[in-house]
Amino acid sequence: MSQQSTTRTLRVNGEPQQVAFAVHHSLLEVLREELGLTGTKHGCELGECGTCTVLIDGKPVLSCLELAAECEGRSIETVEGMMQGNQLHPLQSCFADLGAAQCGYCTPGILLAAQALLAENDSPTRDQIVEALSGNLCRCTGYHKILEAIEWAAARLRGDDQYQPPNSAIYGDPVPGKQAKDV
Amino acid sequence: MSDAVHPDDEEGPVTSDQLRLIGTPFRRVDGRAKVTGQTRFADDLSFPRMVHMKLVRSTVPHANIVSIDTSKASAMAGVVGLLTGESMPDPFGILPVSQDEHALCIDKVRFVGDPVVAVAALTEDQAHEAALAVEVEYQPLETIATVEEAIATPEPRIHDYGDEGNLHKKLSMEFGDVDAGFEEADQIFEDVMYFEGNTHLPMEQHATVALTEETDRITVYSSTQTPHYLHRSLAKVLGLPAARIRVIACPNGGGFGGKSDPFNHEICAAKMALTLGRPVKICLTREEVFYCHRGRHPVLMKIRTGVKKDGTLTAQHLQTALDGGAYGSYGVASTYYTGALQTVTYDLPKYRFESIRAFTNKPPCGPKRGHGTPQPRFAFEVHLDKIAHQLAIDPAQLRLQQLVAADSVTSNWLKVGSMGLGKCIEAVVEGSGWNQRHGKMPEGRGLGLACGSYLSGAGLPIYWNHMPQSGVQLQLDRSGGVALFCGETEIGQGSDSVIAAITAEILGIDLKDIRLCVADTDLTPVDLGSYSSRVTLMAGNAAIEAAERARTLVARGAAKKLDVPARELVFAEGRVFHGENPEHGLSFQEAVIEAESRFGTLGTTGSYTPPRSPGRYRGAGVGPSPAYSYSAAVVEAEVDPATGIYRIEHVWMAHDVGKCINPALVMGQIEGSVYMGLGEAMMEEQVFRRLPKKRSGALVHKHPSMLEYKSPTFAEMPPVTSYIIEDPDPNGPFGAKEVGQGPLLPMMPAVANAIFDAVGVRVDQVPIAPHMIRQAIEAREKGKPGRFGPKSFPEIEFGVPLKVPTPAEGGDGKATNVDDAGVRSGTGTMTERKDAVKGEN
Amino acid sequence: MLRLPAFTFHQPETIEEAVALLATDPAHTRVVAGGTDLFPNMKRRHQGAESVVSLRGIDALHGITESKDGSVIIGATTTLDAITRDEQIQQKYPSLVTAVASISSPVLRNAGTIGGNLCLDTRCTYYNQNEEWRRSIDYCMKEQGDICWVAPSSPRCWAVSSGDSVPMLCALGAEITLVSSEGERTLPLAELFRDDGIDYLSKRPDEILTTIRIPSPSGARTGFWKLRRRGSIDFGVLSVAVSGWCNGNTTDRIEIWLGSVGSTPVRCTASIAALIGKPLDDETIAAAAALARKSAGANPLGNTDFVPQWRGKMIEKYVEAVLREVAGLPRQRMVPRHGSEKWPS
Repeated sequence: MSQQSTTRTLRVNGEPQQVAFAVHHSLLEVLREELGLTGTKHGCELGECGTCTVLIDGKPVLSCLELAAECEGRSIETVEGMMQGNQLHPLQSCFADLGAAQCGYCTPGILLAAQALLAENDSPTRDQIVEALSGNLCRCTGYHKILEAIEWAAARLRGDDQYQPPNSAIYGDPVPGKQAKDV
Repeated sequence: MSDAVHPDDEEGPVTSDQLRLIGTPFRRVDGRAKVTGQTRFADDLSFPRMVHMKLVRSTVPHANIVSIDTSKASAMAGVVGLLTGESMPDPFGILPVSQDEHALCIDKVRFVGDPVVAVAALTEDQAHEAALAVEVEYQPLETIATVEEAIATPEPRIHDYGDEGNLHKKLSMEFGDVDAGFEEADQIFEDVMYFEGNTHLPMEQHATVALTEETDRITVYSSTQTPHYLHRSLAKVLGLPAARIRVIACPNGGGFGGKSDPFNHEICAAKMALTLGRPVKICLTREEVFYCHRGRHPVLMKIRTGVKKDGTLTAQHLQTALDGGAYGSYGVASTYYTGALQTVTYDLPKYRFESIRAFTNKPPCGPKRGHGTPQPRFAFEVHLDKIAHQLAIDPAQLRLQQLVAADSVTSNWLKVGSMGLGKCIEAVVEGSGWNQRHGKMPEGRGLGLACGSYLSGAGLPIYWNHMPQSGVQLQLDRSGGVALFCGETEIGQGSDSVIAAITAEILGIDLKDIRLCVADTDLTPVDLGSYSSRVTLMAGNAAIEAAERARTLVARGAAKKLDVPARELVFAEGRVFHGENPEHGLSFQEAVIEAESRFGTLGTTGSYTPPRSPGRYRGAGVGPSPAYSYSAAVVEAEVDPATGIYRIEHVWMAHDVGKCINPALVMGQIEGSVYMGLGEAMMEEQVFRRLPKKRSGALVHKHPSMLEYKSPTFAEMPPVTSYIIEDPDPNGPFGAKEVGQGPLLPMMPAVANAIFDAVGVRVDQVPIAPHMIRQAIEAREKGKPGRFGPKSFPEIEFGVPLKVPTPAEGGDGKATNVDDAGVRSGTGTMTERKDAVKGEN
Repeated sequence: MLRLPAFTFHQPETIEEAVALLATDPAHTRVVAGGTDLFPNMKRRHQGAESVVSLRGIDALHGITESKDGSVIIGATTTLDAITRDEQIQQKYPSLVTAVASISSPVLRNAGTIGGNLCLDTRCTYYNQNEEWRRSIDYCMKEQGDICWVAPSSPRCWAVSSGDSVPMLCALGAEITLVSSEGERTLPLAELFRDDGIDYLSKRPDEILTTIRIPSPSGARTGFWKLRRRGSIDFGVLSVAVSGWCNGNTTDRIEIWLGSVGSTPVRCTASIAALIGKPLDDETIAAAAALARKSAGANPLGNTDFVPQWRGKMIEKYVEAVLREVAGLPRQRMVPRHGSEKWPS
């Protein structure tokens, strides 16, 4: 069947962009292929993995199931828009420092889902983070570093500069018996 | 003009005892790129005039191809190219002994998903529509779905090679007098266990972009863990000199072993690009990723062990049967690996190992994290738990009392170096309150313990050669910057950071002053790939050699300027200075300028080849490693006996990594392994569905999707207490051993053992679904054994085993009966087989 | 990348416009709200459409309002996330919040709508597969083929009704309104469903589901439990919803509904009858739970996650657990409710 095309103005990371695309193309396709914003990844294109998560009007949504044609007039945020000038967003910086991004493929989606959570709740509990991110699969990290990085970033965003991620996140837990001998 | 040589010039500076970077947490060198979306994965690349390719895959499990009709497809909008198998007649495969794949099937398809036609079009939409319009007529053949069917169905053969019928590989080996070993035992224990297949499920779907530079020169970007092996396969199938093919491995969005084979889509993309003269991209769908597979083999196991009253193991006889899927892949190595590492944890004085790998009409199995060893490790560790229970010996004690000694040689001739398993067991026992809680908690709550070990790189390359397995090249210039070239591939594990940190440590410079160029077969020295946990040890040692050579050069330049013997210079904090008078020195940049002035353009190389293993028998090539990592885990489970539903409450994991290069990344690997192990223990399974035979010949993947292939979410991940144990190995860089795979191994048996402690029934297979626990409880309620699991191991005639006397028996590492043992010297007509056989020897 | 096939796209701003668009060619037109069910199905090509009509731009279809009689009306395109956050709903129908919050994952619930969940296509592991996979089994009777592979000798399709909000809204006695170019009709939600995997809705293709009205709970005690493999993303393979009205010690009225055990939501009529006029105690609950397994339409087959025999047994366990929760009795067993919820110690 012949394709119906459309030209819309999408507001991506605060910048309006006029872009032409076929109406059946998802936001994921338009971001990656028309706008060159390849930071948004994809893992299934069926809404089953969370990898393609972006923010629309501040809410994390699956860009693989969102038609770009329906995004006009809405605010779209992708991982490329997270940095503040040449500085990493605290979430980005905590993820990088703790190793919460290993292969880094699920990372953009998780960063955005976490950003939405922290915008709503500046001191989420561990359970609240788990719940908010439970639709975003990661195969590398075992999730712990991600949780610790988000807690650290939350503290930094609250202005709590004293907060440090738990030592065990970086060095492992103190080996029983060893400390007594070594210290 | 030649400078006078300072008397001490030829000796380089001595490595300072004080490490500044190694062992401290630092942000991984690719950290920023990965959190900003800058990292370019293969599917993120695009080039002018690029077209998109799709593969038409077989919809039948086993058939002869009668005809292929591409007329409709070729007439469709946007279609620019079509390829069929005749255009690429040369076979390929990762192992020289299993060159059994074609880029596109020529006369036969062997599983649903086997590629038959490649279609290129201007857009992916168009390529997909055209792919759906290709018509292939098949003449169905009888299908084989299981090992048992493969044994019972020698004809028709899935392949025209293999040890017999539809058995790809069959082997039998005996280390020491096993019968005598069983004689010494007070009791013999026997179990039959099953490990279901599962798959890597990397978040990134495989992608490849190929572009031509000349009519006969091509660059291939791909999400591959093994650019070097892909390079070799491309040269073979495309018929181009390897020097005209450039493979660049993009950072992988997760690998876990799933991107270690050369794949059809990679070769087809290259061929299509050469045909069309324009860039070609293919990105697989999630369903196709399940068809690429190369994941964990389903393995049925029979384990029989002789034990003395005090728990001492006297002998073991292990039989394994691997369901290999439709192609060889790494399968021959996988087969050996289901037996090779049984000996490196606990003293096993006599050991017999027999195995088969069957061809079946399913996607090929291969290496997944732990490659071939998690299945027998599961069997062994559950088996030990049963032995301990029967003999009323504490399971931790049973293990601790017979650990393999450091610096020893096992009964199957593996050289063990550092061995921190004892410390690992002690840590998790202490941390979990094992002694107070195991066997003593109310019904429904239990603790389980298990251990494991893994290679820090395989001792031998995949194809026989005497060249290094890893290489690093450094280029230094007056900018003070260091360019580091290495063929290693970043798959998320942090290998870029490891080689950069090692180089920065030795040269005393900041990580940011190192520019990495990796995984590019045109520009970087060969590294065999990111598999078998080899990169930290092998590329790390190569980096040490290259960096020490560079340091010597720079020191010699600086020594002259500073008038200090080179060996007294220290490299630290971006400076080169006199150890006794740190004020007296140069910046690193100034020192490089001195060296560049004196020696001209500065460059050094380093390489690494593992030490030779003492085993000299056929098959001794699988198992040796420069160093073995060790892990121990305790898992706490809560089980509802009424439903069988269970939850993992806590995991204690201790891992002997030798020495942390970067503890934050080590922790990430430990936690990631715990996670993936839990997935395999609880839910992950790559399983297949056959429709009623009288109505259909279908044999399909049951659920090739992220939704139905269950991988744990944030919600399933329990708290994990991780202990990093450092028992440095002299073969490792700074003593480092692997961490990427080892900590996965204890998880599956520890979960099974915890469930037993909680409700007193055994599930002798993984993944453990609630209904299995419930069924075992119901069986016990009816007075039957409280067990769920496989009932028997098939009768297989393994023939006379290859007999290898053990070191304790005074052996020399060679087999004593090469001639009369049922050792197969070859398996068909494969071209590289002769070389490969040498490799196995 | 798996992509959508081409279609023409309409974004009406009123219900009238939408039903007019639908009336022109209902057989080849589909409505979409959140896209979380239709778009995966279209990508896999087991649902096709030449034309897609989005309901998102119709303001009248979203939002939650309270009527004078205490009932609550939810617009069909209200997102699942908005429902779980709504204070009225949290207060009046806490178990509906539990049910809706158990649907897929948080990120999906930001797009998925309540109307979409009610009209969710029935699911089956022989059907929810890519085009190429379905070719390999020569399709099934739900789409292009002749056979139901779950039960090959059966004349009907056994795809599973999987909307997690369905049994809860049925137990709460919800009504829905359907609008077409010919007018509108209101019916009990339970009458929206048919016991057939293919023809699973009584809604005509030219009709749009516009609103869901939930009567005032008037003192009902409710509960909802769902069984699935993982604590997120997964569809249920069993859900149990209960709404009970007690007078003193005895049960005046009670609704017990099962989801994801057959092609339609299942009312446990025998269990209900066994409890009316009786107190909710250990014995009556155990007896009612045992009857639930035999409810007409509750027929777990091998087309979802988990083995069917065990799923069948879980009906009794889960019904018992929810009834005990409704009765305020302590949990007898440690059946976890949702992945992230800790078990009682």
